[in-house]
Amino acid sequence: MSAMTELVKGVYRENPVFRLALGLCPALAVSTSVENALGMGAAATFVLLGSNIVISLVRKAIPAKVRIPCFIVVIATFVTIVELVMGAYLPELAKSLGIFIPLIVVNCIILGRAEAFASKNGLGLSILDAIGMGIGFTFALVTVSAIREIMGDGKLFGYMVFGPNYKPVLMMILAPGAFITMGLLMGYFNMIDERRRRKSEES
Amino acid sequence: MDLGTLFAIIIGAVFVSNFVLMRFLGLCPFVGVSKDSDSALGMGMAVIFVMTMASLVTWFVYTYVLEPFGITYLRTIAFILVIATLVQFVEMVIEKTSPALHRSLGIYLPLITTNCAVLGVAVVNVEDFINTDLPTSASFIYTVVHGFSAGLGFTLALILMAAIRERLDLVDVPKSMRGIPITFIVAGLMAMAFMGFSGLKIG
Repeated sequence: MSAMTELVKGVYRENPVFRLALGLCPALAVSTSVENALGMGAAATFVLLGSNIVISLVRKAIPAKVRIPCFIVVIATFVTIVELVMGAYLPELAKSLGIFIPLIVVNCIILGRAEAFASKNGLGLSILDAIGMGIGFTFALVTVSAIREIMGDGKLFGYMVFGPNYKPVLMMILAPGAFITMGLLMGYFNMIDERRRRKSEES
Repeated sequence: MDLGTLFAIIIGAVFVSNFVLMRFLGLCPFVGVSKDSDSALGMGMAVIFVMTMASLVTWFVYTYVLEPFGITYLRTIAFILVIATLVQFVEMVIEKTSPALHRSLGIYLPLITTNCAVLGVAVVNVEDFINTDLPTSASFIYTVVHGFSAGLGFTLALILMAAIRERLDLVDVPKSMRGIPITFIVAGLMAMAFMGFSGLKIG
């Protein structure tokens, strides 16, 4: 039961982007198309999984005082792996994600999970936590990018959604659209939460 | 190296491709520390200082360590370690030399290590200035100036946002939009205003 909660909590209840407001920079920057969002989500999930596994395995050997630098080195190693692999096999994607691949290092989600979860829990739970959080992050990226791509480009995965007469809202692809979409989505999730809480109080 | 290019770099980093509003870097402190203008100013000053120093140090590390030994693929790990050490060092120096400055900047310095704008500026420097055929002296000056003006652009956005949010406190915002969501909407509107600068052509 508890294993299931660890896996599911990252998707909605503790969604890193919408609920905890972590990892906002990549969530806004690479969400111009769903493809980019999936690529970024996969890269971050891989790093999260790798760092959670390693940190949970060596957590008893790391002295508490230097734990943050240790975590950062572990994370940076996995980011470098992603950087090299993506550059070799998916050069197109690597190019459109640009500097946000090296910047996965400073993504607060990954360091946050290392500090808050993997350094305190065993291997199995840490893996589940990483997968759940990774899915949650990818879900958030895909939601934002789907809205932006459909409205700003009239396409989804490169297919026309609205037909040829649709006039794209160019702003949604550019920077302002990212901020506004994210703000409205966060507000929407807050609203759902509010409503659910009120209902549980009434009953 | 000429003054025109230098000027273009400054205007470019502060306005045209503002680190926060156009490149989506450093959003966590942008959302987190923009509640009042005093702390925004403190954070901004700390970021300007660290970004300039980080540009300087990472330039030396890249040109004199990573490149001669052919280990440029270790860029991410090397940079994040250098930046973390630098921040720690700066904090210690400020604490010893100027307790007053430490009181006002001190709490922001540890936050800066995971500020993606700092690592971002180092990576952008490598791609725009160091990994090109610019002569060494020019690439050095461009790098440092770019680091400084990127920090300046961050501070500008942060202070503007803090000033807006101070007034926003007096406004009746829908409950679910309070806090971070409305900040993102405001940031979107600011980004729209900053897009006006993208027509600027200098140099």
